[in-house]
Amino acid sequence: MGQALAYLNFSRAVCIFVFKAVSLLTFYKKYDKLEKSHICFANTLLLPTAGASGRGRPLSVSADINGGNIRGATARAAVLGAAWLFGLCSDVKVKEEEPMNYWNKDVECAPRSELEALQSYRLANTVRRVYENVAPYRAKMDAAGVRPEDIRSVADLPKLPFTVKQDLRDNYPYGMFAVPSTEVVRIHASSGTTGKQTVVGYSAKDIDIWAECAARALVNVGGTKDDYVHVSYGYGLFTGGLGMHYGAEKLGATAIPASAGNSVRQLEMFRDFGSSIICMTPSYAISLIELMAEKGFKKSDFRLKAGLFGAEPWTEEMRRQIEEGLGLKAYDLYGLSEIMGPSVSAECVAQAGMHICEDHFIPEIIDPDTLEVLPAGQQGELVFTCITKEAMPLIRYRTRDIATLVYDKCECGRTLVRMLKPQGRTDDMLIIRGVNVFPSQIESALLSVDEKATNYMLEVNRVNNLDTLEVQLETRPDMFGDDVKTLENYKKKVKAAIDSAIGVGVSIKLLEPKTLARSMGKAVRVKDNREIKNKFEKK
Amino acid sequence: MLIDQISVFIENKQGRLAEVMQVLNGANVDIRAMTIADTADFGIMRIIVDDTEKAISQLKKDGFTAAVTKVIAFTIPDVSGSLYEVMNIINDNGINIDYLYSVMGKTAGRADIVIRVEDTDEAVKVLTENGVKMITGDELCRK
Repeated sequence: MGQALAYLNFSRAVCIFVFKAVSLLTFYKKYDKLEKSHICFANTLLLPTAGASGRGRPLSVSADINGGNIRGATARAAVLGAAWLFGLCSDVKVKEEEPMNYWNKDVECAPRSELEALQSYRLANTVRRVYENVAPYRAKMDAAGVRPEDIRSVADLPKLPFTVKQDLRDNYPYGMFAVPSTEVVRIHASSGTTGKQTVVGYSAKDIDIWAECAARALVNVGGTKDDYVHVSYGYGLFTGGLGMHYGAEKLGATAIPASAGNSVRQLEMFRDFGSSIICMTPSYAISLIELMAEKGFKKSDFRLKAGLFGAEPWTEEMRRQIEEGLGLKAYDLYGLSEIMGPSVSAECVAQAGMHICEDHFIPEIIDPDTLEVLPAGQQGELVFTCITKEAMPLIRYRTRDIATLVYDKCECGRTLVRMLKPQGRTDDMLIIRGVNVFPSQIESALLSVDEKATNYMLEVNRVNNLDTLEVQLETRPDMFGDDVKTLENYKKKVKAAIDSAIGVGVSIKLLEPKTLARSMGKAVRVKDNREIKNKFEKK
Repeated sequence: MLIDQISVFIENKQGRLAEVMQVLNGANVDIRAMTIADTADFGIMRIIVDDTEKAISQLKKDGFTAAVTKVIAFTIPDVSGSLYEVMNIINDNGINIDYLYSVMGKTAGRADIVIRVEDTDEAVKVLTENGVKMITGDELCRK
């Protein structure tokens, strides 16, 4: 009898063990497209002992994050337990061929509980890894009194300190990298306020995940292998061009790396190459529409069906204008190099907000003043935490973009949270024709030419849907003689300095002395007359 | 022979010229000659007045950017070819004219021309030697 019972117990244990192992494997397979499933499978075998004693080989998370180790036994048990539970409830069926409405349906339509379990698991790993490998993060976390093992789930996120753009500048160029240079396969950079760029790095896997996110964005708007994806974002240090390019290739579509500029040629390519999905700034699309009329192109010459427009704020009115002018559906695309690049989020055919790739980036909305996390649905500053990035995973990065998150299931079927079009910024950054411009850049360029030019005003307008930036300068008796030439030369010098500092052409206007309003406190230097306001006004 | 000319920086906006005139009128200053050079966003008004000191102090007091420049003036008969003749003299002597304007007024039969050159003394010398009749500010538009 005793023997029989022992035998029964044993077989029950074996059964449970095998079941757990299979469930866990399914979980990983589903979310990680696991290359090295055997490692995880091997790890599941450690489950009974590892959880209890803390011994045994630490869980190798090579499938998720290279080199990251989970040390704490409790954390490991929690993660594996959660994985096991969700493995149990997950659908085991093999992915079948279906019309491509989604690129990665398992993730894009996952129940929130599953998604959060995945996020928690990845977050804990990432936090441990940055703590171990990124000195500035270790210092920040130590200062805040947070230990990696304190972060076990998404709910622990608010315990972590924020990252801001200044951190990237302070650690220029590679100080925020979490892997050695041998693992970094690419860098991108964005212009900085004082001429110093902020540099971001990518591992091979980061590039692959980025390509997946961009492929998802393309599929969101109806992209398939049959499409010709015409990328008119700039190629180079700017993330726009290469980001969408890799997405198009990942999708199996045909990428047309047109890059920006040479507008007539762009239209000829639309016509001759059969471009069907275009990626560019909305203002560039508008300028192409204007050029079409001038050069005798008709929208019926093209086979455009969709466009992913981003890198600058735009309005619903512009959307209508682009859809009408080019004969396509226009969708919103969002991204920033610090987090990845374009396709951090992208609109779907429902045109009701941009789905964030939440399996890679956890969004939060905070109050920019109190830094408290705001309840779902409230407008505030968007914060991202990278949970799969290897080369430069930023934790709680403050984007300075004002947005709202919508957690309701979208009519497209995706459950990934949607962010509504950013409504402004919490800093003074201006986006001029897709280029990020800080007033301080303009000031330092101006003062480099004329150190006395302290009375100025920046006026931003949108003329025929193109942003214009006018630098208004008060004249002073000492810069004025009698001839036009002197003043015109002065304007030219100032313009050249500012243009090269910010990468956008400005116009200079000379004003009479004391025409600019003097404010009592901090001088108001920017007048943004565009419909989309640049400043965050608290309601 | 050198004449004081006032240059005023004027933003290209409606009503601004009227405001300058108001200031000058308030100072009881009489304008002898005037020209405006304009660009897309600003203009430079150049005037020769009967009381330069008074005009400029009032303009500055009212917030205008103004400067005084030395110019020279000569008078020529109001017949075709007379300006051409003077220009030839100036050209032959390698003098570059920054700008020039003519002053029509009460004086029938002659035209008064104001020019701005880099080396005013040299220009005066050359023109005088060549028989061009130089005039003072007071003589502008006066018999």
